[in-house]
Amino acid sequence: MMEIGLNHYLVLSTILFTIGLIGVMRRKNLLLLFFATEILLNAVNVGFAAISHYYGDLTGQMFAFFVIAIAASELAVGLGLLIVWHKRHGTIDLDTMTSMRG
Amino acid sequence: MEIYLYIALFAPLVSSLFAALFTATPKKQFVGIIASLLIFTAFVSSSILLTHILGTGEIVHVELMTWMATGNLYIPFGFVVDQVSVTMMMVVTLVSTIVHIYSIGYMDHDSGFNRFFSYLSAFVFSMMILVMSDNFAGLFIGWEGVGLCSWLLIGFWFHKESATWAANEAFIMNRIADLGMLIGIFLIYWNTGTLQYDGAFAAFGNLDQTTLTLIGIFLFIGAMGKSAQFPLHTWLADAMEGPTPVSALIHAATMVTAGVYLVVRSHELYALIPNVGLFIASLGAFVAIFAASMALVNRDIKRVIAYSTLSQLGYMFAAAGLGAYWVALFHLMAHAFFKALLFLGGGNVMHAMNNELDPFKMGALGKTMKGTMIMMTLASVALAGIFPLAGFFSKDLILEVAFVDHHFIIYTVLLLTAGLTAFYSFRIIALIFHGEDRHTALGHHPHEAYKFMLVAMSPLLILAIIAGFTMKMPYFEMVTELLPATEYHIHSHTTYWIMTIGTQLFVMLAIFFAYKKYMCSSVKIPDGTSKMENNFFYKLLINQYYIPYFYEAYIVKIYKALSVVCWEQIDKKIVDASVDGIANIFYNTGKNTRQMQSGNLSTMLKWMVAGTVALLSLAVVFGLAAKYSDEITIVLSSLGV
Amino acid sequence: MFEAVAFYLFAFLTITMFYITVTTSQALYALSALAAGMIFISAFFFILGADFLGAVQIIVYTGAVMALYAFGMMFFDTTREVKENHGNQYIVVGLGTLAAILVVVIFAVPMVSTNMQAFYPMTEGAGNTEMVGMVLFTKYLVPFEVAALMLLVAMVAGIVLAGKKMDLSLTLMNAEEIQEIEDQKNKKVLS
Repeated sequence: MMEIGLNHYLVLSTILFTIGLIGVMRRKNLLLLFFATEILLNAVNVGFAAISHYYGDLTGQMFAFFVIAIAASELAVGLGLLIVWHKRHGTIDLDTMTSMRG
Repeated sequence: MEIYLYIALFAPLVSSLFAALFTATPKKQFVGIIASLLIFTAFVSSSILLTHILGTGEIVHVELMTWMATGNLYIPFGFVVDQVSVTMMMVVTLVSTIVHIYSIGYMDHDSGFNRFFSYLSAFVFSMMILVMSDNFAGLFIGWEGVGLCSWLLIGFWFHKESATWAANEAFIMNRIADLGMLIGIFLIYWNTGTLQYDGAFAAFGNLDQTTLTLIGIFLFIGAMGKSAQFPLHTWLADAMEGPTPVSALIHAATMVTAGVYLVVRSHELYALIPNVGLFIASLGAFVAIFAASMALVNRDIKRVIAYSTLSQLGYMFAAAGLGAYWVALFHLMAHAFFKALLFLGGGNVMHAMNNELDPFKMGALGKTMKGTMIMMTLASVALAGIFPLAGFFSKDLILEVAFVDHHFIIYTVLLLTAGLTAFYSFRIIALIFHGEDRHTALGHHPHEAYKFMLVAMSPLLILAIIAGFTMKMPYFEMVTELLPATEYHIHSHTTYWIMTIGTQLFVMLAIFFAYKKYMCSSVKIPDGTSKMENNFFYKLLINQYYIPYFYEAYIVKIYKALSVVCWEQIDKKIVDASVDGIANIFYNTGKNTRQMQSGNLSTMLKWMVAGTVALLSLAVVFGLAAKYSDEITIVLSSLGV
Repeated sequence: MFEAVAFYLFAFLTITMFYITVTTSQALYALSALAAGMIFISAFFFILGADFLGAVQIIVYTGAVMALYAFGMMFFDTTREVKENHGNQYIVVGLGTLAAILVVVIFAVPMVSTNMQAFYPMTEGAGNTEMVGMVLFTKYLVPFEVAALMLLVAMVAGIVLAGKKMDLSLTLMNAEEIQEIEDQKNKKVLS
């Protein structure tokens, strides 16, 4: 119990990921939806870092690194789109975006 | 010689296809002329083949191509012209040539002129395949082909309810019989391994009596349908709904005799099973008198002639059943001539009377229609069997056959039928052409048919007169090279002369009686009040022994009820329901899953997560399966998978 | 001992913060909780010896990302709450839990973890930042450059999207509306 192993980190990562997933599913405010996606990415990063540590391999850290880069880009573009949407429709409610109705 | 065979076979096909090109266009005279010419070409080719066979006695046998070759089954498109088939070819091509020419005049005012010739030529082609095929499969194709053309032609005036009904009746009756024939053909293949006539007949010697009897019976069921023998006879009289040339060609001269041809063709089979032969002869004799009795009272010219055809077919079967195959074939030929003539004459009368068919409403037509009168009278004389016309030779021969073979019951029946035949033939002659003028009062103004129609009919007239005494001996010599050459001679000359003269006198008496009864001025249009019309026998006969009513009540109604039950219980509740059920599954799946595509992004995200979960579960399942693959294999093998 | 205490403490804090982020109805609370969560995540990186990654996490997330979100929030009218209609919560929680359990099962199957081998083993004695630098600029040079380019593109895109006149779309307008815009332009030039 006191000896912290890889599995502890993986379980933590999973729990965080689940929280992120729940957030993605239940959030209707687009901005808060973005928060949830950040949680998802961070959960994965924890897993990567842990594996990297316990296997003595830097690849995991590298991946975490690129994930952060991707998160930053996604955020920049996502916020830009969000602003455009808000300008045009005056709302950022997910339920109002039904232009993809099949 | 092969080239003539192919011309005889394919000229009608070419004619049919040519006429088919113009079916959608208005009447074109040249279609009829070209069709007639092509059929005439087939006739000429058949004549050349006939002279070839007469001269050299050698059989023309060709194999056009392989039709089916799988495993042990080998069926070619083979055609044979021998003494039997050449006889049929001559009859078919001659009568159809005349009918084609006649139809140019008869169908003059019909909008389906071109279509008519297409069907008629297609019929001739089918009939040629039927008679020329060298195997049972080809015979069956022709058999079905003539059935189809018969259906097309009976229902030619398809806007008439009665015509379509009659066409369907004929077709369905024939299908019932064809099932029997098909079973017979299957039995032949099953037991002999071939469908070629020569191969199959050679193998029959090794088969046991039961199998042969079964084959004989099933083939004869097919013949019964096509030749309208009892109990499948009702369609022939109803088939008279078709145009008269069709009745002359199909329902008198050619198609209905296909059954006789089948029995003659299979004579080697029937020679091995004399019991079946006797049954055929008995049935033939029964049909002869049965049909003749119905003809006595009928008030429709065409139906009278149709019953007469039925009766004469009975004669043919009687002869064939007794083993006198050449006699049957000879009567077939002679009958084709005078019966076609009679029908075409009837057509002229119908034309003149605006399709009036009741002879009681005519009378004294002889004044305006001399040519037709002479032709029909002579045809009736030939039909009645008066010396020296064709009917005398062929029909008396059948009587002699029955007498010589000591089948006296059949003989008596046939003799009686001869008298009836003479009576009803001259009944309609007297009613139509002689006696009081009854038609002017009804507003008819009869006129003679076109000259060329009468000219076209003249070869039939000549043949009906001379076919007997000129052709009997050469024909006998030719055809008996193939068929059993049994000569039927009554040993005692005295008996022979008494029989012949007695028959002649009996027939003459019947004719005289008919004239006396129907030429007198007291003949009225029957209105259902006279004593005779309320007679039990008259009612029985005019209602065709109530057989159509019996079929309607006990077969058609029951079958229809059964069909309704099948429709409502099986088709609607099982077949339709399962098809609809499958459709509904997809429809409802689509309807329900459509909500996925609501366009709501939140819902889509949920579905995305659901998909992820599904994929993860698959990963777990496959991972476990890969890890424990050995154990799974053991468990499965212990279960016997 | 210290490691265990630190792990459990930060695990508890992270989970709490993220839980607040996804459940709270106040956007400001969510933002603050997220920022805190990010910092706590970086603590794990330090525990795991990934010092450089931890530093980057703090700089990028709490420095850049959170600042951007804060600006975004200021841009949108936060007083006007988005009314969240959550629908069936059981489905959401159920799906999330199921996914978590499945992932744990996959990790728990030993064959996954036993087959791992180090591609780039850590060099003994060297510091984390040094090693990261060595690997990043040798083995992962091209992906690094691509990531840099991607960030550039994202920056340009962000500026363009959030810039002026982006509420107009020439492709979605009909001819009259476009003509109106053209007229306005001309007016400006004339005046």
